[in-house]
Amino acid sequence: MSGTYYISAEKMTVGYDGRPLIENINIGVRRGEILTLIGPNGSGKSTILKSIIRQLRLIAGTVVLDGRDMAKLKERDIAKKLAIVMTERIKGELMTCRDIVATGRYPYTGRLGLLAREDRRIVDAALETVHAKDFADRPFSAISDGQRQRILLARAIAQQPEIIVLDEPTSFLDVRHKLELLDILKSMVREKQVAIIVSLHELDLAEKISDRVVCVAEGRIDRCGTPEHIFTDEYIRTLYGIETGSFNALFGSAELPKTEGDPQVFVIGGGGSGIPAYRALQRADVPFAAGILPESDLDYPVANALAAELFSVPAFGLPTAAQTEAAAKRMMAIGRAVCTVSAFGETNAANRQLYDAAQAAGILVGIDALLKGVEP
Amino acid sequence: MKGGERKTGFFGRIGAVLSALRRFLDRRRLPIGFAALGILLIAFAILSLAVGKLPMHRVLDGLFNVNSPDRDIMINVRLVRIVSAILLGGALALSGFLLQTFFANPIAGPFILGISSGAKLMITITAALFFSRGGGNSIVQIVASFLGAMLSIGFVLAISNKVKRVSMLVICGVMIGYICSAVTEFLLQFIDESNIIKQHHWTQGGFGGIWWNQVIVIAAVVIPALVLTFLLSKPMGAYQLGETYAQNMGVNIRLFRIALILLSGILSACVTAFAGPISFVGVAVPHLMRRLFRTAKPIVMIPACALGGAVFCLACDLIARTALTTELSISSVTAIFGAPIVILVMIRRKKEDER
Repeated sequence: MSGTYYISAEKMTVGYDGRPLIENINIGVRRGEILTLIGPNGSGKSTILKSIIRQLRLIAGTVVLDGRDMAKLKERDIAKKLAIVMTERIKGELMTCRDIVATGRYPYTGRLGLLAREDRRIVDAALETVHAKDFADRPFSAISDGQRQRILLARAIAQQPEIIVLDEPTSFLDVRHKLELLDILKSMVREKQVAIIVSLHELDLAEKISDRVVCVAEGRIDRCGTPEHIFTDEYIRTLYGIETGSFNALFGSAELPKTEGDPQVFVIGGGGSGIPAYRALQRADVPFAAGILPESDLDYPVANALAAELFSVPAFGLPTAAQTEAAAKRMMAIGRAVCTVSAFGETNAANRQLYDAAQAAGILVGIDALLKGVEP
Repeated sequence: MKGGERKTGFFGRIGAVLSALRRFLDRRRLPIGFAALGILLIAFAILSLAVGKLPMHRVLDGLFNVNSPDRDIMINVRLVRIVSAILLGGALALSGFLLQTFFANPIAGPFILGISSGAKLMITITAALFFSRGGGNSIVQIVASFLGAMLSIGFVLAISNKVKRVSMLVICGVMIGYICSAVTEFLLQFIDESNIIKQHHWTQGGFGGIWWNQVIVIAAVVIPALVLTFLLSKPMGAYQLGETYAQNMGVNIRLFRIALILLSGILSACVTAFAGPISFVGVAVPHLMRRLFRTAKPIVMIPACALGGAVFCLACDLIARTALTTELSISSVTAIFGAPIVILVMIRRKKEDER
């Protein structure tokens, strides 16, 4: 299967101390492609990565790098092709960030490891790429975890590899730095045709950057394919064994379980306006009803996940008079309503009717007032 | 004093000069550091030649006049002692640096990990077997010492595989050291008397009583080991980032680790074979050098440790020889200067771990 793959594992069995953890792994990545490993904690993502980079001895099978068996390649030759960013903490005693990045030049320097002018230029460029110029000369031990991660990526870039293997590189990063890091990876792939194998915890990010996704679960490669193929609500639920709450693959967002029980309030929503109210009610443990939402509405997935009762119509459809009537009746029975919509048009005319009815009955409340009243 | 601040008045001007001087020193830390070490080395060597029971004119006469009655003392007692202290001191500090790199732990050292004591034990055993029959020479001594060192390192490695905690490793090393010392004491009772006197000289440790022909053997071991170590400075730098990264950079970890252990074993074995176990130099000197040069890069640290160890041991030997009317054991002097440094390192390390 190696064919066009830049690096591939063939019939690889991985594990510790000769005890197999995952058997018969066949995965590969082409140049200019990002392969992402996802799966629950402890499923073996790191083990697979460590085996690919030769940190762990393979129990069976081979890893083929650029058409050649990696076990037969020289360390130095591998080092020029493959760079890593692993979770192992490095001390970097008395080293500046620039020193750390400069270690990436190791395979290219001479016997004593002295940097030539060209090496310095490449180190500078790598620091530039990860936007680390302004703290380049600070001690590595004195910078934040997020900055460290970027420095380690710069180190990998300075190694001028053809493939980079990263083990959960986004773990300690805030959202801005997560996006920055993944954006750098994306441009490495686009501009330099680097191949990337990365393990990620954030499914939303995995969905956005991966060309192909490998799902690792319970001692096997459970599934392998394009993000469109992998990221379905149902599959992610089974892969991670989600029992409480739900996962929305489209948004890549996880929802806590809904508050069950008799609805205390009816939320008139739509167009994304309802989501904050749904979440606020869910946090306050108030069961609620929501409506009337077409399945194509932005509010629908969250309402579907969180509402105890949901009045919906098929995608792009309009509620019939009977459906509107039923919803209004239920709203009256609940006796309290919140309206999050600020504009009514042709497609949500039914919700205007609900709003008018609630107003007329004097059961319309503000969400803040409602939550204050509910909270003990 | 901040850079942009206007300097006025006498103290302001002094402050400006001082900060300029500091910046100047910072930029040229490397050449200035090595020059300072070189000057100290020469200074202590001259002091070691000059200070003693002989008056100055006899010292000079003994040094430069071939027919002087003091020639023998100057060349075969004082000069040989200085050369031994320089070579063995450098070897000791270097061995410590190698062990610290290997265990990724700044408190590792040949004495603390029980390696010196293991070497001494093996020398005593060989002495008991061969010396009493008139045999025994420098080479046999080095080989025995090396075997003992390797035995101790073997134990320490076996323990380090079981316990990952650094403090435990050090405690186990100290225990191994005690066991070896106890067995050595016990064995010494069985060696006949004339040898015990000879033994006692190096059981206490010291650079006295080494002959020129032994110095040649020492140089033949230490200098090549120093050169080999220097050639390993590149993978050593990679190894400081951790095994995973070192391997990815192209270091053959197995071979490298073996080379590191062999070199540090040979160096500390050579020291123990001729000067006995000397405490704390292996830990203290690399630490002082890291502080002096503000780097842990092997390419700087290896020559710095060799030079720094030489200066440190030369100074301690001078004190041991001249502080009191009777000669002190070298270890008691190195401990007084070295042990506080080790305590400082441990405190600093604790702080860093908590951060």
